[in-house]
Amino acid sequence: MAGTLDKDGVVVCRCEEVTQEEVRAWIAKGYHTFDELKRVLRVGMGPCQGRGCRDIILRELSQATGAPLTEIYPGVIRPPVKPIKLGLCAYGKETEMKECAK
Amino acid sequence: MSGHRTADAIIVGGGVHGCSAAWHLAKEGLKVVLFEAGYLSSGGSGRSAAGLRQHFGTEVNCRLAKYNLECFPTLGEDLGLGDEYNLEFAQWGYLWVAYSDASYEQLEKNVKLQNSLDIPSEMLSPAEMKRRWPYFRVDRMTGGAFCHQDGHINPHTLTIAYGKAAEKSGAFVKTFTPVEKLLESGGKITGVQAAGETWSAPRVLLTAGPWSTPLAATVGVDLPVTPERHNLLVTEQIEPFNCPMTLCLDDGAYFKQLPNGSFFLGRDDPDEPKTMISGNSAKFLHGVTNSVLARFPGLSGVRVVHQWSGPYDVTPDHQAIIDWTPLEGLWTNCGWSGHGLQFGPSGGRLAKEMFFGEQTFVDIHNFRLSRFEEGDLFEEPAFI
Repeated sequence: MAGTLDKDGVVVCRCEEVTQEEVRAWIAKGYHTFDELKRVLRVGMGPCQGRGCRDIILRELSQATGAPLTEIYPGVIRPPVKPIKLGLCAYGKETEMKECAK
Repeated sequence: MSGHRTADAIIVGGGVHGCSAAWHLAKEGLKVVLFEAGYLSSGGSGRSAAGLRQHFGTEVNCRLAKYNLECFPTLGEDLGLGDEYNLEFAQWGYLWVAYSDASYEQLEKNVKLQNSLDIPSEMLSPAEMKRRWPYFRVDRMTGGAFCHQDGHINPHTLTIAYGKAAEKSGAFVKTFTPVEKLLESGGKITGVQAAGETWSAPRVLLTAGPWSTPLAATVGVDLPVTPERHNLLVTEQIEPFNCPMTLCLDDGAYFKQLPNGSFFLGRDDPDEPKTMISGNSAKFLHGVTNSVLARFPGLSGVRVVHQWSGPYDVTPDHQAIIDWTPLEGLWTNCGWSGHGLQFGPSGGRLAKEMFFGEQTFVDIHNFRLSRFEEGDLFEEPAFI
């Protein structure tokens, strides 16, 4: 089905440009948790932190392993919840951040 | 094999040292079983900042580090995995920055030792650092030590690739299978109990980082290895400009760019809990960004995507314990105190040489377990 949409396949992780085919191939190699796929494929490591790909990949894992989706461990989500600028983390204020960047 | 549950060697811990040892031993035709409580690299190895350096202040570490750096460039091929796992090996250098005369003198001593062992490190003045890396703020710096051969590797794919290569060589790699206890009889190790099953082997190697201590205690072996939680953060990807790993000796802050363009930022915090349980604090985020932006203000507009933590396995002298224990057949490779990931290549080779009773390729008597009892500590001056 993927081939009918795009010759390079369906991209499931846009941050790291990982396709559904790649995800399926690595699941077939025995990587049966989201955390492991993240380590070998970088899915979920980009700026969106898995917001785009996590649900899709969990569904792929469920289909491949036969385990219900509710039993697939979604992996760990770490702070900060949204990407924020280092200057804001350090100084908490835009003005001081600009001072620092001089 | 599963019916027998026996092996020539059992390895406990699927970090880089356990996986490398499994590969080295399986290649020799031995029956090797490796147990890992989670997935490969889920302990300290995968949480590492994964710096590769030859900057050490003790001869044994320099010699082993030189060997590691000789292995990394061709490791993918040597493991027989082609480019299946992207190891992200890069040699953008490693810089130690001194902010006092005392730490400058220590760096000079270290570099002198390194140069005597053919490691091409060099001392740099603040002006020279500013020339090479114009984006650094060099005020207060007294100087730095730099080695251009040093660099970075992906700690996850490195560990997993060693594990996969071990499997291809015939090792059984059992992930998500925690070892509950070691088993002994008559003063000898006899195997392990893992996931309720008994596995027998005349030799057991402990490579479980800080988890080695409670496991060794199950057979009465005392390891002076304790956990210490350390934090890291990673940023979004920006255009790579080969920013070297840079370590600031005033407060232990460090940063580097990765081959994909992301930055790693880390910093020591003596208030962090001494635990193997990971967790994150806003205090770290605030402290590390403050400290790193003071040296590299240009990063202030780059976004942090996540932070994580992992345990060091710390010994009283910040040196590893690579030795046979008093219990016959049980040996350890743990206690690396924060610089262990990069020693995966030499750690595996040493495990193989020790298994066969060969002379090790580097003299490692300084890493013996009895040094703590003897009061003969072997301090590594270059640890972070």
